Amino acid sequence: MSKAKVGIVVFPGSNCDHDAYYVFKDILKVDTKFLWHKEGNINDRNIIILPGGFSYGDYLRCGAVSAHSNLMNDVIRFANKGGIVIGICNGFQVLCETKLLPGILLRNNNLKFVCKTVSLKVENNKSIFTGYYDIKEDIDIPIAHGEGNYFCDDVTLTELIGNNQVLLRYNDNPNGSIYDIAGIQNLKRNVLGMMPHPERVSDSILGNTDGLRLLQCVAESVM
Amino acid sequence: MAEPEVNLDLAIEHGLLEDEYNRILKILGRTPTYTELGIFSVMWSEHCSYKNSIKQIKTLPRSGGKLLVSAGEENAGLVDIGDNLAVAFKIESHNHPSAVEPYQGAATGVGGILRDIFTMGARPIASLNSLRFGLINSFDGKNEKNNLIEHTKYLFKNVVKGIGDYGNCFGVPTISGEVYFEECYQDNPLVNAMAVGIVKHNETASATAKGKGNPVFLIGSSTGKDGIHGATFASEEISEKSESKRPSVQVGDPFTEKLLLEATLEAIRSGVIVGIQDMGAAGITCSSSEMSAKGECGMYINLDLVPLRDENMIPYEIMLSESQERMLAVVEKGKEEIAKQIFEKWDLNCVEIGKVLDEKNIKIYHKGKLVADIPAFELVLGGGAPVYTRESKEPAYIKSKRNFDLNSVREPTDYTDVLKKLLSSPNIANKNWVYEQYDTQVRTNTYIMPGGDASVLRIKKTNKALSMKTDCNSKYVFLNPYKGGMIAVCESARNVVCTGALPLAITNCLNFGNPYNPENYFQFSESIRGIGDACRKLKTPVTGGNVSFYNQSQEYAVFPTPVIGMLGLIEDYKKTVTSNFKNENDLIFILGDNKGEIGGSEYLNTIHNLIKGDAPDINLDSEKNLYGAVLELIDRGFINSAHDVSDGGVGVALAECCIINKNFPIGCEINFDYGKLRKDFSLFGESQSRIIISANKKFEKDILAICSKYNTSVHNVGIVGDNNLKINSEINIGVEELIDFYFNSIKNIME
Repeated sequence: MSKAKVGIVVFPGSNCDHDAYYVFKDILKVDTKFLWHKEGNINDRNIIILPGGFSYGDYLRCGAVSAHSNLMNDVIRFANKGGIVIGICNGFQVLCETKLLPGILLRNNNLKFVCKTVSLKVENNKSIFTGYYDIKEDIDIPIAHGEGNYFCDDVTLTELIGNNQVLLRYNDNPNGSIYDIAGIQNLKRNVLGMMPHPERVSDSILGNTDGLRLLQCVAESVM
Repeated sequence: MAEPEVNLDLAIEHGLLEDEYNRILKILGRTPTYTELGIFSVMWSEHCSYKNSIKQIKTLPRSGGKLLVSAGEENAGLVDIGDNLAVAFKIESHNHPSAVEPYQGAATGVGGILRDIFTMGARPIASLNSLRFGLINSFDGKNEKNNLIEHTKYLFKNVVKGIGDYGNCFGVPTISGEVYFEECYQDNPLVNAMAVGIVKHNETASATAKGKGNPVFLIGSSTGKDGIHGATFASEEISEKSESKRPSVQVGDPFTEKLLLEATLEAIRSGVIVGIQDMGAAGITCSSSEMSAKGECGMYINLDLVPLRDENMIPYEIMLSESQERMLAVVEKGKEEIAKQIFEKWDLNCVEIGKVLDEKNIKIYHKGKLVADIPAFELVLGGGAPVYTRESKEPAYIKSKRNFDLNSVREPTDYTDVLKKLLSSPNIANKNWVYEQYDTQVRTNTYIMPGGDASVLRIKKTNKALSMKTDCNSKYVFLNPYKGGMIAVCESARNVVCTGALPLAITNCLNFGNPYNPENYFQFSESIRGIGDACRKLKTPVTGGNVSFYNQSQEYAVFPTPVIGMLGLIEDYKKTVTSNFKNENDLIFILGDNKGEIGGSEYLNTIHNLIKGDAPDINLDSEKNLYGAVLELIDRGFINSAHDVSDGGVGVALAECCIINKNFPIGCEINFDYGKLRKDFSLFGESQSRIIISANKKFEKDILAICSKYNTSVHNVGIVGDNNLKINSEINIGVEELIDFYFNSIKNIME
């Protein structure tokens, strides 16, 4: 039985919160609760999920307003102390806005929202996130975003590659991301940001379960 | 702004008839105020009153079966699916706004229909749509008017973006739809949005005001000057002046809508809500008068309390504003604070603006002055709103189109080339360019993705799944409104049957031209007769919907387009079937008979540039038998795929079976008996009531037996395998090449 205690942050406009909750609670049978941005308490949680969606409507810039919410201050402290944080899609954008992860997510290079299943390559499987995959394994996980075009400067990119922070790369780049980056971890290896949605491919009823292994790996990393 | 003097001329300017104005004088016993004139004009507009359509609508089967709420009683229909769950679903048009401001027009169309669903307490689980535009390509030199093409592409691109951006942000998967391109939609595109939601039986809400003294709350966005007279704009023809109506188009805010959804559902579950209705057309006017009329009470409203975006708004504007993302709720007296807390949690306005009255009038006050005092009943559909029967006359074109000698059409020499052209014609080509811009998976219920026959959503924590589809072949309705109406119902039913679902109920969006033109009215009443007959036979009642008249430019009306939104239920999601061929050596059968009918076909349209002949015949008994056979074949696990034969006939349907799952394409070899029919009529004719299935050879006898039991003819036509689609000696083409034509055609046109 996993000791994981998952907290799923709910911003106004989060809309993949229920999907992440369903996977942790109903499929992985892990202690899971929602954390409302105004009153959520992360103290008894050991894994924090920033779910996909359009927090605050993404009206200023994706993730920019959420990054300054009260609860995010707690999440930043939590992450800096080594707590596990996963940002999926809009959550990845929030992590970049808070600087917990380097770089930024620009509009897709074709300027259109795109929702489809894409093939990813596992670039590094020595992480608490990707440990259940084989190195260089191809996995299929859907994307659904208008602003998933990862960008950073050359120095940062060299560091990301040199420090094995790049975990997932697109086999057929759908959005223009630099170095085909789909997901990265921070230097301390406790924070993951990824544009594809692992929670959407975690239920065997729907066929593909390539995403479940990632979420399960994290849940079981907490002893 | 100073209020103008109210007289007959001003009433006519507001779209009212002289008779109608006289009725208003009689009802009130005095000259209406400017605000009252505005209220009557929107409530009696075609859009709100259904004055020219309701008599026909009432001939449709609107109750029975699994319906929990009869059509017209609430914002959307409600269908029982067992397990203490009900499905709310409805389709609505947003054609005119989308013609002048495609992005916001389409976005607010989606927003409006989603509110109709969650105002009933149901959480939206799917968004669908049905779109019609002018031509986007100059295929075979068919349309040389390049600036028109560019404008249509602009409309198409922005409508798709508007639908996507709204639904994606709101967090509902947009899972199915249809898109057609015909010249008749050049000036007046059709944008119909459908939403489907799920609610527990004991958590539904009603759009009723009752209980003297109960407070009335306005919830959600502030009220601005946007969308004033949107309902009236929807009730007139598109013309050069329409561009100036751009301010009538509302502006959508899907983020606020998402908050409104969560807060509304929370409030309904908390039990403090007596009644609630969303504000769509005619804003506060429509919601207050409809809720009051339904509850047989009155309502006091103080406009000074309405949160405004513009302090200088006059009562007329406040009452008629169609600012989006607002609801009107009657809260149980004494529980105001609970309601306020819920909405404040979601950062939404929740302001008490009035009270329920123990009398029949809505009384609107502004700066201490009574600015409107009208019996609610007199304003609404089913109450005092006018009801008309219009003159009807069979259009002259019908006979001449029908008398066209179809045998005079030149027989093609290269059938493979014809198939390529059909598969890449925008009407038939896969719409992946469209649906990849929609989030199709959020909420992780999507069991069958868009692209095939119908899309399927599983319902978590049950074995059930819902199958849904929008459909209408408007060429058929144009050529034969009665048969076309029947076929629209049957084709959408056939689509859900192909996934293994029992058709339960429909919603419809009736898009027609000006009803004052007798020929248009004939199209309208005849297609309703067809829809009614089909729905009675198939036992799929009409749960509600929407009528959209005046879809025309100054020169011509659009094809009559009664779009059907079909809902089907699958008891065990594991038994769901998809449309693609799967296994080498599976046998291929066609159920139903080929009569070589090419009237109104896509073949005739795309290859020969003709929309002529008669719509194909439809026999409702055969159709119903076909469903029985296919549903039993699926239930007993005998078949591996099912796909209906529609646009482009058997040729196109077989190609789709080979490539619809483009990651796993597979070929097939077909030996087709043309009988006495012309080869092109046989391959590309669109005879109805046909479904292509594939199955392991060991089930052949069972399949024949079941088809015989249901009196459905079955033809063994070939075998699955290899990498080519081969049909007799006429067609032989690699599946990879077909994929390119079918999946990239629209992208190549648009990018």
